Amino acid sequence: MTKLRTISDKTLSEKVSTGIFIVLVVSFFLLPLIWLLLAPFDSAPSYRLHLSNPSLNNFKEMAQNPYAYRSLINSVVFSAGTGLAIILVGAPASYVLSRVKFKGRDGFLYILLLFSSIVSGSAAMVPLFLLALKLNILDTYHGVILVLTGGLLPAAIFILKDFTDSLPRSYEESAQIFGASSFRILKDIVVPVIRPGLAVIFVWTFVQAWSNFLVPFIVIRDVNKQPGAVMMYSFYNEGGQAVIRTVAAFALLYTIPIILMYYYVNKKYGFRFYGGIKG
Amino acid sequence: MIKSTKTDSQAAKPGNSVLRGGVAGAFLTPATLFIFVFLFIPAGWTLYLGITDYKLTGFSAVNQKIVGLANFQKALHDPQFLNSLKVTIQFTLGSAIFGQAVLGFLLAWVLSNVSKRLRSTVELIVICAWMVPSSVVSFLWVAFLNGDDGTLNLLTGLHLQWLIKYPLQSIIIFNIWRGTAFSMLLFSAAIAAIPKSHLEVARIAGATKFQQLRQIILPAARPFILTNLLLITLWTFNDFGPYLITGGGPGGKSELLSIFVYNSALRYLDFGYGSAIATMMLGMNLILSLIVVTLGRKQQKKK
Repeated sequence: MTKLRTISDKTLSEKVSTGIFIVLVVSFFLLPLIWLLLAPFDSAPSYRLHLSNPSLNNFKEMAQNPYAYRSLINSVVFSAGTGLAIILVGAPASYVLSRVKFKGRDGFLYILLLFSSIVSGSAAMVPLFLLALKLNILDTYHGVILVLTGGLLPAAIFILKDFTDSLPRSYEESAQIFGASSFRILKDIVVPVIRPGLAVIFVWTFVQAWSNFLVPFIVIRDVNKQPGAVMMYSFYNEGGQAVIRTVAAFALLYTIPIILMYYYVNKKYGFRFYGGIKG
Repeated sequence: MIKSTKTDSQAAKPGNSVLRGGVAGAFLTPATLFIFVFLFIPAGWTLYLGITDYKLTGFSAVNQKIVGLANFQKALHDPQFLNSLKVTIQFTLGSAIFGQAVLGFLLAWVLSNVSKRLRSTVELIVICAWMVPSSVVSFLWVAFLNGDDGTLNLLTGLHLQWLIKYPLQSIIIFNIWRGTAFSMLLFSAAIAAIPKSHLEVARIAGATKFQQLRQIILPAARPFILTNLLLITLWTFNDFGPYLITGGGPGGKSELLSIFVYNSALRYLDFGYGSAIATMMLGMNLILSLIVVTLGRKQQKKK
C-alpha cells in the first residue's frame, strides 16, 4: 500500500511539472505567432496584439498595392518552375542511381552528399552572384530557377533515390522478361509507380523555393520581379509602420500556401522529408 | 534520415536494369551538369577569389591580381571580422547546442509521456514556428520585440528596445524558437524506437523518470544526439536568417559570418575579402560534413 501511494505521489508531482513545462513551452512558441492570426483582420493593426473591429479591409488595401500582388505571382513562377526543373533533372538521375550499379556510383553519391552540405548558400553567395552575372541571368526568372534548382537538387535526388529504392523491382523485371522495350517499361511501369514520390518532391521543392530568401535577394534587383519572400522584407524594412496594413494581410496570404502544402505532405508521408536544406 | 525507408531487402539489391548504358548516362548527365555548375564551380571559385584582390570598385575592378594569403592575414587583424567570428560562435553554441538540442530533447521526452492529443497539438505549434517562411517569422519577431508596444514589452511591463539593447541574445532566442522542431522530431523518433517493454520493466521495477532517462532513453538516443548536434551546428553556422531581423546591427553586435560575407562582398563589393571569409566557412563546413557523413556510413554498416 505504502509503495503504491509513493508511486501516485510521484505521478502527481510529475504531472504538475509536466504541465508547467508544457504551458511555458507552448507560450514561448505561440506568442510570436499570434500576431499573424490577429493583425490581418484588425481594422487598425500595429505591432501590438489586439483585434478591434475585425474586417477584411487590410486585404482590400493590399490588393491595391501592385507590388504585393505581382510578387505572389512571381513566387508561384519561381516555385513551380523550380519544382518542374527538379523533377525533370532529378528524377531520371535518381532512378539511375537507384537501379543501375555502375562503377563509381558510391563515390558519386558520397561526393554529392558531402558537397551539398559544404556548399551552403551563405558560403557560396559571392560566386553564385558572379555566376549569375557572367551567365547573364541576373534579374531574370530563369536565373532564380536555375540557382534554386542547383541548390535543392542534391537533397531532392537523395529523397527520390530513397523512395525508388523502397519500390520492388519485380514489375520492371517481369515486363523485361515479357520483352517490353525500355521506353515502354519506363513510360508504363516506372513513371506510374514513382508518381507519388514525384508529387512529394514537387511539393517539397515548391515549399523550399517559396520560402527561400537569399537566392532571389541576390539574383533579383528589379522590384517587379521580386518574389513574396523579398517583398515581405522590403515592406517592413523600408515601409515601416506606414504599410503595416498591407504587411499584415500580405504575411498571411504569403504563408497560407506553405501551411497547406506542409499539411498535405504530412498527411501523406510525415515530416521526415523536411530535414533537407534550409535558408 | 530519421527512419530508414529500406525495409525491402530486395529493393536494395542492385542488379540488371531496364536501362542500357547509353540511356543511363543520358539520365545522369543533366543532374551532373547542374551539380558541377552550382556546387563545384562556386566552391572552387570561392577558393580562387579568396586569394585575389577582386573588387567591383576602384583600380582592382579591372586589374585583379592574385595576392596570396593577404586577405586571410587582413582578416586576422580585422576587429570587425574577429567580432563576427565571436558572434557566430556564441550564436551557434547558444541557439543550436544549448538551445535547440536541449529544448528539442526535453520536448521529445516530455511529450512521449502525455496523451496523443496533447502531444500532437504541442508538436504542431512547435512545427509552425519552423515552417512559416523566414521573412514572415522575422517580421513576427520584429513586432514581438518592438520597443513601443511589442508583445514582450506588454507582457513584462518593460519598455525595452530589445533588438537594440540585446541584439545577439534576441537572435539566439529567435533561432531557438525557429529551429527546435527539427531536434524535437528527430529525438521523438529516437524515443519512439525504444521497445515499450524496456520502459515497462523499468517502471515496474520502480525506476524514477530520471533513472529511466539516464539508463534507457539517453543511451538509446545517443547515436541521434551526435548527428543532430552536428547537423544543427552546420545549419546554424551558415544561417543568414537573422539578417532579416537585425541586419547584423547595431554596430555589428549581431553580425554573423554569413552577414559579414554579404556585407563585404555584395554591399561593399570587395569580392576578394568576402570570399576569403567564405573560404573559412567552407573549411568549417567541410570538417562538420565529413564527420556527419562518416558517422552516417558507420551507422548504416551496423544495420
